[in-house]
Amino acid sequence: MQRSNTDVWVGLLVVVGAAALLFLAMQSANLLSISWQKTYEINALFDNIGGLKKQAAVKSAGVVVGRVQDIRFDDKSFQANVVMAMDVRYQFPKDSSLKILTSGLLGEQYIGIEAGSEVANLAPGDKVQSTQSAVVLENLISRFLYNKASDAGSAPAGN
Amino acid sequence: MRLILAGIGAWVRQWLADVGHAALLFFRLLWLGPSCLKRFSLVRDQMHFLGNHSLAIIAVSGLFVGFVLALQGYNTLQKFGSASALGLLVALSLVRELGPVVSALLFTGRAGTSLTAEIGLMKAGEQLSAMEMMAIDPVSRILAPRFWAGVLVMPILGTVFSAVGIVGGWLVGVVMIGVDAGSFWGQMQDGVDVWSDVGNGFIKTVVFGLTVSFIALRQGFEAQATPEGVARATTRTVVMASLTVLALDFVLTALMFKL
Repeated sequence: MQRSNTDVWVGLLVVVGAAALLFLAMQSANLLSISWQKTYEINALFDNIGGLKKQAAVKSAGVVVGRVQDIRFDDKSFQANVVMAMDVRYQFPKDSSLKILTSGLLGEQYIGIEAGSEVANLAPGDKVQSTQSAVVLENLISRFLYNKASDAGSAPAGN
Repeated sequence: MRLILAGIGAWVRQWLADVGHAALLFFRLLWLGPSCLKRFSLVRDQMHFLGNHSLAIIAVSGLFVGFVLALQGYNTLQKFGSASALGLLVALSLVRELGPVVSALLFTGRAGTSLTAEIGLMKAGEQLSAMEMMAIDPVSRILAPRFWAGVLVMPILGTVFSAVGIVGGWLVGVVMIGVDAGSFWGQMQDGVDVWSDVGNGFIKTVVFGLTVSFIALRQGFEAQATPEGVARATTRTVVMASLTVLALDFVLTALMFKL
């Protein structure tokens, strides 16, 4: 009797542990929605991806429609080749354009996809032609300073 | 001069011998794993003693750690206008660090000390010598089941701690303070990775389980067979196990989460 009682309690302990692990995996790490949704792959070349990372979101109108699956360097064109896994529920025209955007002022970077107007949709393995690189803060600042300097140089001549 | 040198030499030799004994005992316990799990009833009884009886303290501590994390995290995050990342903060700190470490420290206090005291008293009462006289190996009959029970139980306790802590963070963050529930869970699910965060946290709990059980058992086994000896061994279990867990946590974190 004592024997089976202990068995029950230890069994309960193990079940509680397994439930906790399941909770962590499902609720906090979202294991299911990553692996079970069907996706199709598209890729694109970017001049500069900035701080884009794997698993970054691909968003359209603010809704997550896919994730960055892989980032490689293409040594033929010297550009970054980004592979994205798109949710099969969402289809985009072939001439859609991609932009690397930043959420918030200094937040995480994600890819924004803007729908084009063509009738045919992007098929698995397609390459998106129209891309816009990430805004690199250093370039922005140096351009701003350059403009400032040229303004300052031309201002006295004008007056 | 000669005396000092001899003193240093003796100390080093003693220390090396201690390390050697500890390593021998550790590998022996590991080696005894399969035969020990074959007689599972011994391990089961110890799991009941170490695990079920620690579950309440682990769950309650987890709940309160979650509460405090949510309160403090909200205060800090709100200054940067990113209170929506509260879920991510609570989940990552619990799953990566606090869950494994705090539950290992609690396990040391709750279960490790009782292991040391039990083994030490068995030794003081000459029960271990009596078993040896009957040709029963105390390491395989007494130490190994307790060791493996500790190793099996610790991951369960650490995981429960993290899960309950996240629920606690949700209670304070969402129910009490009023952070948006969608962003609380959404940011968490975006930022927490199953393998690199939950998985590595789980590995940490396994390593801590090995560490704490082994230190507790060895201190009991090597204790002087007197009441003071047992008292000293119990104190040493807490000090050594806690320090080892914290130091190992640093090493494991450096190995796992390199940027």
